[in-house]
Amino acid sequence: MNLSLMDQFLWVIFPYITLTIFVLGHIYRYNTDQIGWSAKSSEIMEKRLLRWGSPLFHYGIIFAFFGHVAGVLIPKWMYELLMVPDELYHFGAVYIGGLVGVLALVGLVILIIRRMTVSRVRLFTERVDWITIIVLFLVVFQGVYVTVIRNFLVGEFDYRSTIGPWFRSLFTFSPNPELMVTVPLSFQIHVLLAFLLFAMWPFTRLVHLWSLPLEYLKRRYISYRSLNFLRSFKLSKNKQ
Amino acid sequence: MTIKAHFAMVMNLDKCIGCHTCSVTCNNVWTNRKGAEYMWWNNVETKPGIGYPKEWENQDINKGGWDVNDNRLELKAGGRMSKLTQIFYNPNVTPIDDYYEPWTYDYEELTKSRLQKHQPIARPKSLLTGEFMELEWGPNWEDDLAGVHVTGLRDPNLRGIEEKIKFEFEQAFMMHLPRICEHCINPSCLASCPSGAIYKREEDGIVLVDQDACRSWRFCMSGCPYKKTYFNWNTQKAEKCTFCYPRIEAGLPTVCSETCVGRLRYIGIILYDSDKIKEVASIIDDKKLYEAQLNMFLDPNDPEVIEEARHDGIPEDWLEAAKRSPVYKLAVEYKVALPLHPEFRTLPMVWYVPPLSPLMNGLEENRSETDANVLFPSIDKLRIPVEYLANLLTAGDTEVIRNVLKKMVAMRQYMRGLNIGQEPDDQLLEAVNFTDRQMQEMYRLLAIAKYSDRFVIPTSHRENTKNLQEEQGVAGIPFLEGCETCNTVDDLALDTH
Repeated sequence: MNLSLMDQFLWVIFPYITLTIFVLGHIYRYNTDQIGWSAKSSEIMEKRLLRWGSPLFHYGIIFAFFGHVAGVLIPKWMYELLMVPDELYHFGAVYIGGLVGVLALVGLVILIIRRMTVSRVRLFTERVDWITIIVLFLVVFQGVYVTVIRNFLVGEFDYRSTIGPWFRSLFTFSPNPELMVTVPLSFQIHVLLAFLLFAMWPFTRLVHLWSLPLEYLKRRYISYRSLNFLRSFKLSKNKQ
Repeated sequence: MTIKAHFAMVMNLDKCIGCHTCSVTCNNVWTNRKGAEYMWWNNVETKPGIGYPKEWENQDINKGGWDVNDNRLELKAGGRMSKLTQIFYNPNVTPIDDYYEPWTYDYEELTKSRLQKHQPIARPKSLLTGEFMELEWGPNWEDDLAGVHVTGLRDPNLRGIEEKIKFEFEQAFMMHLPRICEHCINPSCLASCPSGAIYKREEDGIVLVDQDACRSWRFCMSGCPYKKTYFNWNTQKAEKCTFCYPRIEAGLPTVCSETCVGRLRYIGIILYDSDKIKEVASIIDDKKLYEAQLNMFLDPNDPEVIEEARHDGIPEDWLEAAKRSPVYKLAVEYKVALPLHPEFRTLPMVWYVPPLSPLMNGLEENRSETDANVLFPSIDKLRIPVEYLANLLTAGDTEVIRNVLKKMVAMRQYMRGLNIGQEPDDQLLEAVNFTDRQMQEMYRLLAIAKYSDRFVIPTSHRENTKNLQEEQGVAGIPFLEGCETCNTVDDLALDTH
C-alpha cells in the first residue's frame, strides 16, 4: 500500500515523537521538579462538587484503562485461544466499557464545571491545568463517542484487528501504519488526541498517577529519618 | 528498651494572658507567604470555644487521631486500604472556611479616596479571590469569649458539664490555650501520609514534612486530631510547625517560646523508651493514657538509663541536658504538666500546666488561708470547672487535675508564707507530698522562670552525620549529601540493634 507523507507522519512519526517526550519528559521532570510533582488537590477550597466529580472520573478512567488493556494490548487471537465468543467480548466492551466511559465523562464534566464556576478553584487554575483538562475531556468524549454513540448509530468497528495490532507494532519497533489508514475518522481522532495527551503528560499534574502510593499498604505507620542520610536510608529499609 | 531523646515543650497556662505574641512572631517567621496566609502554626485560643479550625477537638466529625478497636490500634479515619479508596475524595478534610478565608484590607482606598462627606474605609478583601468580603469567621474569632454565647456549647470539652456551664456574664469563665504542633511520639499525621512524606527525626523527635515527597494526598490534614498540618494552596504541599528546628539545632528556643512575654514556655529533652509506643497508645481506658505516657519517660539520673542511652547513641551533652530538662521536672518530677487531649492517642509532646482561676464565691467566714483543709476544697469552687480542665488535659480524670491545682495553690501559699517571714508550712508540704527544696525549685521554675532554666537545649550533632569539612564549598550539590566515610555514632547504634 502506498502511504502518503501525512499518513506516515500521523501513524509513525507522531506516535514516536510523543512517546519519546512522554518517557524523557518524565525522567527530566522527576529529576528536576520534585517540589512541583503533586496531585494539586483543591479539596480545601471546594468539597461539594469534588465529592461527586473526582471519584466518578477517577474510578471511571481506571476501569476504562483496563478496558483498553483488554481491547488494544491483548491480541485478538488470545481471546480466540480462550474461546471467548465475539458476542461476549462486544457485550463487555460496549456495555461495561461504555458505562465506565460515561461515568468518567460525567465526572470530568462535573470537575470542569467546578473549575469554571467556583471562583476559588478557578483562580488557582494555571494555564497548563486548563489545557490538560480540555485535552483530557476531548479524549474521554471521543472515547465515549466511538464506544457508545458511533457503535449504535453506525455499527461495530473491529479495532482489535486494526488499532490493536498497530499500537502493539509501535512497541516492537516495526510500525504498521497501513493498518490505521482505513480506520474511521472518529477512532483516528481518539487515538491522535490520546498521543497528544501522552506528550503533555510529564509537564502536567497528570504525573500524580505515577505516585499512586501503593507502598503505603505495606509501610509501617511510624517512620523515622536521621540527620545522617545513610542512616535514614537504612531506617527506611528497617522493617519493625 | 530503645531510648530516644525528644524535644518537648511545656506551657504554663497559669501565666498566659492571650496576647498572641507567639502567634504573630511565628507567623512573621514562617507563614507570611502566599498560600500560607491562613496557617497559624502557633495560635492562641480562648477556651471555652470551638477554636481554630472550627471544632477541631470533635473527632466524631474530624476522625483525627487513633482508636482502639478489639485491642487493636488503628487510625480513627480507617486503615491503609480505606485511605487508598478515598484518595480521590477525602471526606474528612477540613475545608479552608473552617479555618478562615484569609483577608487583607483595601488600604489604598484610604489615601486615594477623593474628598467626600464620609471618612474613607479600608474594606476587607479576600486573599484567595481578591474580592471584597464580609468577615464572618477568623482565626481568633472567639478571642476573650467573643461570640461564645453562640459557638460555646459546641466545645467538646463541655461534654457532661453542660448543665453546670452558663455563658452569662456573672458565671462566665475563660482561659487561653496557645497551640502548636504536638510533635507526637505516635503521630497520626505521619501514619496517615500515603507517600511517606512526613517523618519524625530520630535524634530529636521533631516531626517534619518532606516538601519534595509530598504528593498532596491531604490525609495528614484529616489525620492530625489537633489540626496542625495545613495545606498550602499555592505550592499544593502540606506544611506544619517545624519546632523551629534550625534554631533548635543551634541551641536556641523556638520563636514562639523566645518571644513569649509571659515567659511561660519551657523546652527541654525527654528520654523515652521507643519500644513501648504501641503498647502505651493501645491502652483501652482513655483515662490511663496520661499515666502510661508518663511512665514511658525515663529518669535521666538513673545510671541504667544513662548506660542504655549511651548505647543507643545519645550524645553525652544531651544526657546532661536531659538531667536539667525543665520539661522533665514539670511533667515527671512535680507532675504539674499534662498532655493536651491524651485520648487522641498520639502521645503528644507539648504539655500544659493547667491555670488557676478566681474563686466563684469567696471562702467562708471563718477562713484560714493557710489551712490545707480549707484551701484544697476551694479548688472545686475555682471559676474554671475542674471537669472542663479534665476534659481538656486528662481525658476526663478530675482527680489528676485536682492534684495539680492543689500543688499550684500550695506553692503560692507556701511561698507567700516564706515571703512574709513565717515559718515554712510543713502541713502544706505534706499535703502535696513535696519537700521544701522541691517547692522552692518549682517556684523558681514557674514564677521566676529564668531564661536559662526555661530553655535547656543542647545543640545538634551535625558533625556526626556529615563530613562537614569535605562539604565546605560544595553547598547546593545534593548528591554529595550524606557521608559515606565517617563512621558515626548513629551508624554504630544501628548496627548494634
